[in-house]
Amino acid sequence: MTAQLLDSGLSKTTLQTIYKQILSARRLDERLIQLQRTGKTSFNVSGQGQEIGQAAMVAAFDIKKDYFLPYYRDMTAFMLWGATMKDILLDSFGRAEGPSSHGRQMPNHYGAKHLNVVSQASTVASQFPLATGVAYSARLEHSDRVTLVTTGEGSTAEGEFHEALNFAGVAKLPAIFVIENNHYAISTPSDEEYAAKSLADRGAAYGIKGVDVDGLDFTATYLAFKDAVARARTGAGATLINMNVIRLLDHTSDDNQRIYRSKAELAALKAKDPLKTMTQQVLTEDIYTQAELDDLEAAIKKQINVATDQAEAAPLPDVASLTEQVYAPKEKGNGIYG
Amino acid sequence: MAKKTMIQAITDALGQAIEQDDKVLIFGEDVGKNGGVFRATEGLQAKYGEDKVFDTPLAESGIGGLSIGLALEGYRPVPEIQFFGFVFETMDSIGGQMSRMRYKMDGTRQMPITIRAPFGGGVHTPEMHSDNFEGLIAQFPGIRVVVPSNPYDAKGLLLASIKSNDPVLFLEHMKLYRSFREEVPDEAYDLPLDKANVSREGKDITIVTYGAMVRESLKAADDLAKENIDAEVIDLRTISPLDLDTILTSVKKTGRLVVVQEAQRQGGVGNNVVSEVSQRAILSLEAPIGFVAAPDTPFPFGQAENDWLPNASDIEAEVKEIMSY
Repeated sequence: MTAQLLDSGLSKTTLQTIYKQILSARRLDERLIQLQRTGKTSFNVSGQGQEIGQAAMVAAFDIKKDYFLPYYRDMTAFMLWGATMKDILLDSFGRAEGPSSHGRQMPNHYGAKHLNVVSQASTVASQFPLATGVAYSARLEHSDRVTLVTTGEGSTAEGEFHEALNFAGVAKLPAIFVIENNHYAISTPSDEEYAAKSLADRGAAYGIKGVDVDGLDFTATYLAFKDAVARARTGAGATLINMNVIRLLDHTSDDNQRIYRSKAELAALKAKDPLKTMTQQVLTEDIYTQAELDDLEAAIKKQINVATDQAEAAPLPDVASLTEQVYAPKEKGNGIYG
Repeated sequence: MAKKTMIQAITDALGQAIEQDDKVLIFGEDVGKNGGVFRATEGLQAKYGEDKVFDTPLAESGIGGLSIGLALEGYRPVPEIQFFGFVFETMDSIGGQMSRMRYKMDGTRQMPITIRAPFGGGVHTPEMHSDNFEGLIAQFPGIRVVVPSNPYDAKGLLLASIKSNDPVLFLEHMKLYRSFREEVPDEAYDLPLDKANVSREGKDITIVTYGAMVRESLKAADDLAKENIDAEVIDLRTISPLDLDTILTSVKKTGRLVVVQEAQRQGGVGNNVVSEVSQRAILSLEAPIGFVAAPDTPFPFGQAENDWLPNASDIEAEVKEIMSY
């Protein structure tokens, strides 16, 4: 049974804002798929099925001071952390104003310096060791800021996952390591990825707390993260959270999951769409009325149209900058260069 | 001023780097209490505290990621990879991430990281402990690869590397650590990271080399002088990016070139020098370019080490051949 939204302790207004952002992210993802299929953009990674868990996760952080190292399926989380629709679209169109990399790397590698969000490399799990460095800096500065880092369950087989968690345990880092477990590494199901009963059990191996949470249940997820953030902020160390979610769509726009998932499985998946559940909850708990939701849909559509037009019209990176920014500019070298 | 070994010069530089900038952090496997397996960080933790100098778990990839995360937060990490042969474990951090961070972020992020690593043959450390794979890292644009050939250079180049806003791989040849002493100023000083050094001026032939082969080349040049061959020896100091100006100026003057490296010939730094000179100064050359390098095998077993490593007499022989062309 999915817990009531208001049982999260969040106010009705906050829940309204969060729901609005989740709905915006879903509709934006639908637009991104459209843009890719019509050849206007090159590539898309969809996070449909993971949005509720991501939103509940981010809601537990203080985005003004905490740090976030997302992975490529975290569009909703990135938007909850402060990215706008236009930001996402600029990156998707590869435009120079895009906050993640100024149009210099592929989309979905979310980052923004002004939001304390670090763009990942394409090597999965490599953001985990980076997060230990970011978290270690908080320790050096006696700051109570917390570092959030996410990845998919497939990358928990990588060595970086182990090396980072081991150090997080040893150094008691103020960090939260999240596995967004959608049970597929592209086409490989989780029973071929790991033999552990739950990936949360791995926490014990590193001397850090491991927590399992149903990422389709907003309130349960929010409360689990709230607890983990409080522990990190008060010096109790890191937490590993295995957040169970579902992947509704293909791995990326270059993939076709009908090759490796049965029709029955995909139909059952669709019935579990957490956005449907949450929308029902929003209505039942009187957070929004149906009329308000209809208005919201219309407003979001308009916003997406405006953001799409703006992003599409924005300039591409200048090809003349091709050989720039390989090394630091000489004049800043302070005598280091001859 | 006192006579110091290269390892002493490096320890001096690390301590002074901490004193110059409170964002400098020194860490790695056994660098803290133990002072490093080669004693490069001896006494630093006791003097500067565990916040500045600390031990990490035995995890090179983790050390690379930790460095990048700290650099993102404005620190100047100086991690040690205990032996350069273990660099494969952290190749993603170096090649996949820190080398291209500035580029892929259009200059909005920088990676002022200096990775120190002992390397090189001649001290009978087995196989991976002696590897000379600097050429691998020299293929990554965005990271500077610095190889000092003596104590004076080691200190000035290390201090400059730590100040540099680019990532630097700073390779310390193990044979040079304690094999000789020279005058090293007590005070801090920087040497340029983008200039090769003309270690010996000469007019007949140019020898371009780096690392432990600089001393072998100078030895060869002294012997050759007795036979009236006046060799100029260029110590690259920074093997990537290359200081082409110094190389080309010398080759245009002497008209002859021998490239010397300790590493296997295939895919190495010497090939970059040969290709640049061939393209840019071929009309100045009076003879084919000579090349002295180790055979294209993995680093060999102990009994074969001295045969495998290039030395002064190999260099002399190659120079004579090119001179007699």
